Amino acid sequence: MTKIKSLADLKKLKDEVQSKIKLREKGDHPENLVQIKVSMATCGIASGAKETMNYFIETLDNQGVDALVTQTGCMGYCYAEPTIELTIPGKEPVIYGFVDKVKAQEIIDKHVIKNELVDGIIPVNYKTIDD
Amino acid sequence: MIELSLHILDVAQNSIRAKAKNLAINIEEQLSNDSYQIEFIDDGSGMSGEQLKKVTDPFFTTRKTRKVGLGIPLLKHTAEQTGGRFEIKSELGKGTRLTASLGLSHIDRPVLGDIAGTLMILANNEFSTEIKYHHKTENGTYIFDTEEIKKSLEDVPLSNPEIQLYLKEMIKENLEQIQISE
Ligand SMILES: Nc1ncnc2c1ncn2[C@@H]1O[C@H](COP(=O)(O)OP(=O)(O)O)[C@@H](O)[C@H]1O
Ligand SMILES: [Mg+2]
Repeated sequence: MTKIKSLADLKKLKDEVQSKIKLREKGDHPENLVQIKVSMATCGIASGAKETMNYFIETLDNQGVDALVTQTGCMGYCYAEPTIELTIPGKEPVIYGFVDKVKAQEIIDKHVIKNELVDGIIPVNYKTIDD
Repeated sequence: MIELSLHILDVAQNSIRAKAKNLAINIEEQLSNDSYQIEFIDDGSGMSGEQLKKVTDPFFTTRKTRKVGLGIPLLKHTAEQTGGRFEIKSELGKGTRLTASLGLSHIDRPVLGDIAGTLMILANNEFSTEIKYHHKTENGTYIFDTEEIKKSLEDVPLSNPEIQLYLKEMIKENLEQIQISE
């Protein structure tokens, strides 16, 4: 029988990850990372925001993009859930609506990697998300 | 909500938004009285009697971005629809306790689903609320405690994708050992 994962093994993994982080020049300072906030209030969750968030975390990691994907409260665009806020280092944040997995992949391929805007941006004169 | 883990993700956000330092999420599966109980206990801002009266009303919310609050009414509906009950107690400045009991074998009870994913999202919350998940069945108990995890991780962030992947597997494997129903 294979052994169940435990906190003891987590420590081993932690040591590996720690040395990888040290090797990376930029470190994990949020201002150097692509940041994605996924709106995770009732309407977002009911529309699949959780799947969208998992997709971003896994795909960005697989593609080797250093990113910080976090959840945030209601952004107020219930009609366009799931919504995300994407910030490329040094740029203004952009909000995308109706971000399912397909849209998420398009955003990664075009916006995150090539810095081209993708359809589905919600235009806002907006500062920050304040729940 | 198609899975209980989605209700949990949603309702737990209230405690985080109420600036709770600690949030306990307790699940208990009981075959003997056919119940599936989910409990949230937080030490956040709490609610006044006035607020509490309105909280199961879908038009009550203190958020300014949207005019209706649906999280709690939805969970209450799910509990009652499965022959269970719903209770919420709160005290301003002290915290809130919310209990939803569902019928374990009731056909309309959603499955728990991806609780590991829910816990990972909650564990990385923006206000550093510590999450203690406690899942008890007649086969045993599993506890996932973010405070304990963070101690083991030292300066490696819980948001690290490799760590998240590992923790999700860890939660799944441990729960599989004790879960009675999905
Ligand atoms: N644990 C809690 N602590 C403090 N206030 C809460 C808590 N849970 C709910 N509330 C209050 O009840 C309101 C309604 O909650 P909910 O039904 O989840 O809708 P929403 O979160 O979308 O407003 C919240 O806006 C908040 O003011
Ligand atoms: Mg809510």
